[in-house]
Amino acid sequence: MTGVHVSTTVNGDAVEFVCPGSESLLDVLRNRLGLTGAKEGCGTGDCGACSVTVDGQLVCSCLVLGAEVEGREVTTVEGMARGDELHPLQRQFIENAALQCGICTPGFLVAAKALLDRNPSPNEEEIRYALAGNLCRCTGYDKIVRAVNAAAKDLAREAKRSGKKRKRA
Amino acid sequence: MTSDTSYTDQEFSLIGTRPIRPDGVDKVTGRARYGADASAPGQLVGLILRSPHAHAKIKSIDTAKAEKLAGVKAVLTAADLPDLTNGNRASYDVLENCMARDRALYDGHAVAAVAAIDEVTARKALKLIKVSYKKLPHVTDVDEAMKDNAPIVQPHVRTAGGDPDKQTNIAQVSTFGHGDVEAGFAKADYIVEESFKTEQTHQGYIEPHACLATLGPDGQGELWVTTQGHYTFRNVCAELLGLEVAKLKVTSSEIGGGFGGKTHVWMEPVALALSRKANRPVKLVMSREEVFRASGPTSSTSVDVKLGATRDGRIVAATATLRYQDGAFPGIWGMLGAMTSFACYDLENVKSVGYDVLVNRPKVAAYRAPSAPMAAFGVESCVDLLAAKVGMDPVDFRLLNAAKEGTKASYGPPYGPIGIGPTLETVKKHPHMRARLGKNQGRGMACGFWFNFGGQTCCDLNIGVDGTVNLTVGTVDVGGSRASLSLIAAEELGIPYESVKCTIGDTASLGHNDTTEGSRGTFSSGMATIFAARNAIEELKARAAQTWEINAKHVEWENGQAIAKGIEHSNLGPLTLEELARKSPTTGGPIAGHNEVVADGAGVSFASHICDVEVDPETGSTKVLRYTVVQDAGKAIHPDYVEGQFQGGAVQGIGWALNEEYIYGKDGRLQNPGFLDYRIPVCSDLPFIDTEILEIPNPNHPYGIRGVGETSIVPPLAAIANAVSNAVGVRMRHIPMSPPRVLKAIKEAQMEEEAQQQVSAG
Repeated sequence: MTGVHVSTTVNGDAVEFVCPGSESLLDVLRNRLGLTGAKEGCGTGDCGACSVTVDGQLVCSCLVLGAEVEGREVTTVEGMARGDELHPLQRQFIENAALQCGICTPGFLVAAKALLDRNPSPNEEEIRYALAGNLCRCTGYDKIVRAVNAAAKDLAREAKRSGKKRKRA
Repeated sequence: MTSDTSYTDQEFSLIGTRPIRPDGVDKVTGRARYGADASAPGQLVGLILRSPHAHAKIKSIDTAKAEKLAGVKAVLTAADLPDLTNGNRASYDVLENCMARDRALYDGHAVAAVAAIDEVTARKALKLIKVSYKKLPHVTDVDEAMKDNAPIVQPHVRTAGGDPDKQTNIAQVSTFGHGDVEAGFAKADYIVEESFKTEQTHQGYIEPHACLATLGPDGQGELWVTTQGHYTFRNVCAELLGLEVAKLKVTSSEIGGGFGGKTHVWMEPVALALSRKANRPVKLVMSREEVFRASGPTSSTSVDVKLGATRDGRIVAATATLRYQDGAFPGIWGMLGAMTSFACYDLENVKSVGYDVLVNRPKVAAYRAPSAPMAAFGVESCVDLLAAKVGMDPVDFRLLNAAKEGTKASYGPPYGPIGIGPTLETVKKHPHMRARLGKNQGRGMACGFWFNFGGQTCCDLNIGVDGTVNLTVGTVDVGGSRASLSLIAAEELGIPYESVKCTIGDTASLGHNDTTEGSRGTFSSGMATIFAARNAIEELKARAAQTWEINAKHVEWENGQAIAKGIEHSNLGPLTLEELARKSPTTGGPIAGHNEVVADGAGVSFASHICDVEVDPETGSTKVLRYTVVQDAGKAIHPDYVEGQFQGGAVQGIGWALNEEYIYGKDGRLQNPGFLDYRIPVCSDLPFIDTEILEIPNPNHPYGIRGVGETSIVPPLAAIANAVSNAVGVRMRHIPMSPPRVLKAIKEAQMEEEAQQQVSAG
């Protein structure tokens, strides 16, 4: 195989791989790096199940080539929890029953985190538009929107608490 | 009795609560393993070559070049899949759908397959296979396919009971009903007669079909697969490939949505055959395009409905003619349409005739309450029209005519206690019905029915040495059923929900379980779980009696512990499940409960939906503003996941009603096999979906459970069509009500009105 050698960072870890120039980042993550959290629902950037961030930007990893992430920082759903502590979005998806089959969940979580990173207190409409690139066929999105809203509130409370702590220190 | 199926009214401590699901952490961290997430050492990549023609004779297939390509380990055609079906035509149809034999029957029909060391090599190999086709005339429209001069899809097909010499695309005609409809119409003061069409839609599960197949020359194999029925897949694959059932272990992966589309094998027998030929594991994953072109969508339909009512608002006669296309292989979809069409109503004179019609499209598969939504679209549209003619409110009109306990269903049997009346009463009182509507807005409501199913079921319940419990079931968890089944086991045993671990067993771990369809998961596995738990409790009581050295008949099970009854035993303190479990190694060994049952008595289910829409008169685009689902669940075991089923079904119905549609060109090829052009609802299209759970116990289940998964997709087509019709003042007769179709309907109505004005002016 004539391949491209790529050095990159995935979920904070330095990673190297060789892949054909035509191979998608999604296939690299799933088939070369063992990170099967990102899913292929369409392969054409229409369903968002393969959502990851590259240098903080939300992308469909099926539309990015593996060779393109040389020297970049890739974050996937596997990088969301800190150790054994789930991210508030992950917690609220479980609490709100925001998943049924769960195949779209990794993509929704990554997309929702990208939203909250940029807009910590979105209203319902902003949540719905930010997640419009992610397809879910089970839930009708109702409980997903509620979960994202609840996680935003959790994160705001956490930020307030850590702000107070910093003030006291 | 440990296996008494009749309903008992009881106070629950856990049923009806909303604990978190046991598979939640796996699914939010990316750890859960779906169909495409498994790998095996030495695995090959499988790919399938598909027909580019709607209908063609396969003159020859030359695989020589592909076979010689370095890295190719197996090339497969129908010649490698001999017919082992012993004259069973239904099985032969499955075989032929997996791999075309002498003819390709639809655009996307598999004609050959390869297994190679990697995807790049497999793709090259596909290009090297040369298929010589002779194109044949094709037909993709259901009404066209019924005409006398239509191209014949399957030359062997004759209409059952029809002319034995006449080739036809009408595989089956099914008639249901009772009374005398002609006499009924003669009594009617008002009659409504309308025709409707619906286009073909796909279940649209986000996870494409995927499997990892291993089959050795010793006839032993394993299949990891995304499926709604791994036991059924095992039986079908074994039959088609000449294997012994016990030697093929099928494991259902986590399933990324099914909605009926994963009840059939599509490419799994091919993956196993490739593996057998290469003697290596083969992973075969469909692309989204393949899912659309070659796995089961639902039928497109053409439906005529006629209803008659007397002045007082009683429906005195009802008829429907329902034409469903089955794709290229005979199915039962027209029959189900005919059975469900009038099930909501108490009718003296009713007749429905369903046609199952073959066309050059992929084999139709079940899609959530299969066939009922299209029938309900026609019937519920006409019910609204007839209510208007009579001058009654559509909800009152439906209430007056609704089926009730004792009503003879239009499809035959009498009803037990049912929920159609109560859902309508709830709608009538609902604040949604009184909310104000603005300009270009309309409200519609409609009712829906589904049978539900029970079927063969078994489960194991094993008590661990620390008192925690493994519950192993054979129905697939498509929407949270591990949570509801854990609740049921915990409720019966009297232990915490968290002490139960529910697992879906593979085919080597449990006896046969029917496919998870017909909303049967929680109904039937719930029933088996109750019986298995009661079975284990008998053993726990025996162990307690043994420990106390008293007769077992003096022991009762209360709140998770054995109690010695009677004044003479008042010195004996209770023994908890955990204490009995810890003692079990010395009191007779492991404690378990088992159950095998045919879960008959699935309770029928009814729903009534309310929908508000706004239609943009410039573009014809429809926005759903508000949506309310009212449905009878029998008993909601875990209300979160009951609501989830109501919401998900409603939104699939919204997509079907407004956007989704298979578009075929004149060449018979599917033009929109992707999520860009086949547009399912996205988050920003929708409002929150409000739900009301009613609980009218099913008398044939110990907890009163009815299936809840399917009924929610039945009313939306009609509810939204009624809402759009009310918003634009024109009756909508063609689903989906996409913007061009709505604009066309408005323009046609305007032209008709203008023509009438000209006539009256002239």
